[in-house]
This record gives sequence, structure tokens and C-alpha cells, in this order.
Amino acid sequence: MNLFFKKTASVKNPKWQRPVLLAAICLVLLLSMVRCKSNNNNNGYVSIDKKSVKEESLRHFEEITKVLQHPRCINCHPNDNYPRQGDDMHKHLFNVQRGPDDRGITGMKCTSCHQASNNLISGVPGAPQPNDSLASRWHLAPLSMGWIGLDDAELGARLLDKKQNGNMSPKDLVEHMTDDPLVLWAWDPGPGREPIPIPHDEFVEILEKWLETGAEVPKKNKD
Amino acid sequence: MIKFKINGTVTEVNDDPETPLLWVIRDSVGLKGTKFGCGKAFCGACSVHVEDQVVRSCSFPLKYAAGKSVTTIEGISDGQELHPVQKAWIEEQVPQCGYCQSGFIMSTVKLLEKNPNPSDEDINNSITNLCRCGTYSRVRKAVHKSAELIKKEQN
Ligand code: FES
Ligand code: FES
Repeated sequence: MNLFFKKTASVKNPKWQRPVLLAAICLVLLLSMVRCKSNNNNNGYVSIDKKSVKEESLRHFEEITKVLQHPRCINCHPNDNYPRQGDDMHKHLFNVQRGPDDRGITGMKCTSCHQASNNLISGVPGAPQPNDSLASRWHLAPLSMGWIGLDDAELGARLLDKKQNGNMSPKDLVEHMTDDPLVLWAWDPGPGREPIPIPHDEFVEILEKWLETGAEVPKKNKD
Repeated sequence: MIKFKINGTVTEVNDDPETPLLWVIRDSVGLKGTKFGCGKAFCGACSVHVEDQVVRSCSFPLKYAAGKSVTTIEGISDGQELHPVQKAWIEEQVPQCGYCQSGFIMSTVKLLEKNPNPSDEDINNSITNLCRCGTYSRVRKAVHKSAELIKKEQN
């Protein structure tokens, strides 16, 4: 018998080798499972993704606030009882006031002057009701939705607070800013008034991305 | 053709739907009591009632009056019997040139319907019409007088 052959054959098939090999394979599999699990437990790549999604949402909100704080929007979201006018946001001429239902006071209702469309003869702006093109929708946002003087964080908190925003979810808010004729007016404010600088469909895209990324708003002391 | 009621009478006019109601009232219907002051919804000289609300007719396109009921200064008296607000205006001798006064009276009528006992502050807030002759203090007196007369007539 060839001694060499005998020696190699005995190395190739020792009785103890199989279970050790199996145990090693199991150990490798087990370790790789543990590793995979640790990637999912908020300490690995996933949490970095979450952070970047939140940052993206906040970036969208920054764009949104530029629109909300534009005089065409915020002039009708005062934090007091006086609507504003113009790019300098002066108090509405002639002591025009909010009134009990945000629609002016007896004798000086918003709709005493503002009708369902921009008036090209008198220059008075107007906007229709969603379901009635002949009825005027002109009115102030409620006091709880007053934004003048708020920073982005305060505005965000107020915007999302269902107690203050008329029980609207972020989705409802996006729909309101997409469809409400009074909101749309800000893009078609009539001659002599600067419209919102970005197109409305671009604004809607930003709103939708904000919604998809979690509708985040900044915290008071910078997120 | 656009149809609406004016001082209780159904009227049909053939004006452009964008025409300010003021011009329709003055030129097509022929009622001259409602005045043109600024044409910009500032002064209130053109105030009329559309349904239940004071409206500045210089800034109110005719198309929005279709099917509605419009009342002008000519329509607030009861035949020969003047409206209590008109009586108070005479008693307090409010007008100077008179040009702005029908607007003040129309605003006052609606204010007193909704608020029969207005304070000076209510009057200041609600009656924001402009008067080049500066009759404001007499207007305020006449509003209070009107409130009194209305109450008397009701009792
Ligand atoms: S003429 Fe209409 S408000 Fe002055
Ligand atoms: S009485 Fe002359 S403008 Fe008023």
C-alpha cells in the first residue's frame, strides 16, 4: 500500500470533520443574521435614511412657508382683527374689520365690496365659492389661523394643530391649498398685485412631496 | 338680457354682464338717487342693498345681480311715508351738499336692522362712507335718532 496515499486518504475523511464543518456553517449563518438584524434596528443605514427624509420634508416646508408668508396669502391671515392690503401689508383702508364670523361687520361685510371675481373696472379683487361661480368667497382666515408675525416653527406648529386649523389633517391642508378658489386667487390677483412668484402646479408638487416625506415642520429651537 | 328685482319690481336689462350695477341703476333703470363717487368701492356713495346686504354698486358687476332683489334709496320709503332713517336725517339736518347722503342712509338702514341699538363705536365701525363736506358728527346723531324713531314706530 502506498504510504502516501494512505496518509492523505486518512486526512481527507476523518470521522470528526463533518459535524465541525456543519457547526462552522451554522455559526457563519447565525452571525450574518445577527448582522442583518442590527442594520434594521435604527442604529444603521435605515436611521440615516429616516434622517434624510425628515430633512427633505423640512426643506419642502421652507419652500411652502415662503408662499404662505407672501402678502397675497398672509394679508388675509392676520393675527388681529384687521385684514391687510398691499405688499407693505398695511391695515385695510377705512377701518375694515374681521367681525364675528371673519366676514366683516354689518354694513362693512367683505362681500359688500369683494365679489366672485377680480373687478377690472373698480380694481377690487374677488374670488368665487367652490361650487358657485356667482357667489363671493372673500373672507378672512379665522383668528386661530393668524400667521402674521410668526416664525417658520410657530407657523408650522399652528398649521398642523387640529384644534386651531379646523380639524384638518396634513392631507386636508394640501387639498385646501390645491383647490380652494380663495387660495388660487393668490396666483391670479388681478392687475397691480404681484402674484405668488412660483407657479401653482410647482407649489402643489412641493406640497405633495412634503406630505410624502412626513409633513415635517421645524421645532422651535432649530431641528 | 339680465333679470332682477329693483325696489320690488322685476326689471330686465340688456347691458353687458360686467357693467357695474351702479350704471345699470342710474342709466338703464333711470334711478338717480344712487351716486358715483370714486368707482373703487372706497367712498360708499353708491351703496345699495342686494338681498340682505349693503353692497357698493360701483364694484358689483350686473351679472351677480341676476335673479336677486336690489333696493336703492328710492325703495326704502313706504309710498309717501319716509323711512325712519330718512326722517331722522331731516330732523338732524345732516346733509350739506347731499351728494354722499343716500349711501350713508342705505348703510344706516342695514346697520339698524341687524343692530337696533348701536354704540358710537358700532357706528364708526360699520358706517365707513366718506363725506367730503364732513357731516360725520351729524350722521352719528342721526343714526341714534333713527334707532329711537324705529323703536317708537314699532311700539
Ligand atoms: S362710488 Fe362706489 S364706493 Fe365710491
Ligand atoms: S354732504 Fe357733501 S359730500 Fe357728504
